[in-house]
Amino acid sequence: MTVRKRLLGWLADAALILYFVFALFPIAWMVILSLKPTNELFSTYFSFSPTLDGYRTVLGDSEGIPFVRFFVNSLVVSLGAVALSLVVGLPAAYASARWRFKGSENLMFTLLSFRFAPELTVIIPLFVLYQKLGLFDTYVGMVWVLQLVTLPLIVWIMRSYFADLTPELEQAALLDGYTRKQAFVKVALPLVKPGVAAVSLLAFIFAWNNFVFPLILTSNEAQTVTVGALSFLGGDRPKYNLTAAAALVSVVPPLLLALTIQRYLVRGLSFGAVKS
Amino acid sequence: MGWRLALRPYLLIVPALLLTCGILYPFGLGLYYTLFDFSASKPQPDMVRFENYETVFTQEAFWNSAWVTVLYAVGAAAVETVLGVAVALLLHRSTLVGRVLEKILILPLMIAPVIAAIIWKLMLQPSVGVVNHLLRPFGLGGVQWTDTPTGALLSSIAVDVWVYTPFVAILALAGLRSLPTSPFEAAAVDGAGWWYTFRRLTLPMLWPYVLVAVIFRFMDSLKVFDIIYALTEGGPGDSTVVLQIRAYLEAIRFQRYSFGISYTIVLWAVVYLAAMVLVKHLGKIQRKAAEVK
Repeated sequence: MTVRKRLLGWLADAALILYFVFALFPIAWMVILSLKPTNELFSTYFSFSPTLDGYRTVLGDSEGIPFVRFFVNSLVVSLGAVALSLVVGLPAAYASARWRFKGSENLMFTLLSFRFAPELTVIIPLFVLYQKLGLFDTYVGMVWVLQLVTLPLIVWIMRSYFADLTPELEQAALLDGYTRKQAFVKVALPLVKPGVAAVSLLAFIFAWNNFVFPLILTSNEAQTVTVGALSFLGGDRPKYNLTAAAALVSVVPPLLLALTIQRYLVRGLSFGAVKS
Repeated sequence: MGWRLALRPYLLIVPALLLTCGILYPFGLGLYYTLFDFSASKPQPDMVRFENYETVFTQEAFWNSAWVTVLYAVGAAAVETVLGVAVALLLHRSTLVGRVLEKILILPLMIAPVIAAIIWKLMLQPSVGVVNHLLRPFGLGGVQWTDTPTGALLSSIAVDVWVYTPFVAILALAGLRSLPTSPFEAAAVDGAGWWYTFRRLTLPMLWPYVLVAVIFRFMDSLKVFDIIYALTEGGPGDSTVVLQIRAYLEAIRFQRYSFGISYTIVLWAVVYLAAMVLVKHLGKIQRKAAEVK
């Protein structure tokens, strides 16, 4: 029995390792490809003389693709989108968690429906509208449309954090002569600070990873890394090492942030439906 | 003073409401456009009522796209569910290997889907890609991954599976860790086998968690865009033209705005219906799970 148990345990571990090889090999392979010199791209697979030339080319804009600017653009529009969502989303999340009233429920479900709406339903009309309004290929236009991604996430998850918070602390603060606003800012908000931080980072990641908005609503000035990385695949002979370097550079920020918010991911990814 | 108190919650949601209306406006505008024959070549469109929708539903191309979309969504969601739950069960044993691996489980999920597709495109390239290189010793070195209709669809589903399996896995793992211990102790005392325990206890109690993951995955893959765009652009032929890709081609590439939006409105209706059915089902499953507990 014990021998059988131990064997089964090994088998289970082996199966797990097999899945993780599938999950991690592509990332490792990108690292290898990005470090290959151009002349060894197709002659060898696992033995090569590593070089940082690929990264120098990508970050030096020498292919006519201003990748560093795309990177800065991604940073600006993602930060802008999260900031705007926090400013309008936190009060709404608090109100809908503390008071039950008709308008708030309708708003909440409208926001949730954004999460599942096909993006192009909104983007194609915006494509026409932005050209008229002069918002095409601008930061403002991108920050605005990214609300479709960041606002539902921030409002829904923060609502579940506020709802978990016992109202008695705020009531005590009110009895101590705090105004309602002070009770919110000085009592409720500090208590959910970890939640705010985690949901902001998660919203940032989703905004950063978005592709369809910049693809259609930007052309050059406000283009982001996700669209930029794809441009390296163009041409008749795709430059594998440059594509890999660009891909890796563009996944660094989301990966680093994701590892810092592991504990909050379950609630975040399921919109508060599942709490760990 | 009293009326100000009553107004307060409304004042707090006004900014969010305004922003929401700013997003609803283009949506409404899109609906309005579908009643016209608006395109780049016709900037002064005429009212055509429901002609766009009639055209959509009578087109061979639409039914092909709808079929491809359903295949993709069902395929991706099914594989991700089975694989994700399996990974969660294995991680739940909490061996040393599992604890180490769990920390990196979410990496593929945080990579932009479009970047994931780029990575796999490089790997699946038939002549110089690393996948065929690794398969060569097994006599499978010449597989045309994305150049055949079936291969292209399976490859794009594989990329979806690579990115999103961790999503199902972490929700299922959260579910496993929240299960009560007493039913399992009782089953162990009664000498119940592993399979019986899994079928009668684990699975029914775990279903609500898994179903949340399934709903998210199924509805998201119905509107897949990034992965297909980067990996196959809908090809070869139109074998992977899912509905959002078709809408993109119509509206952006051929600049038939009204017609392209009509496609997305039909897709939106399908997603909405799917959501209604699934969420209703979720309620039932949750009540069942509560009985087992």
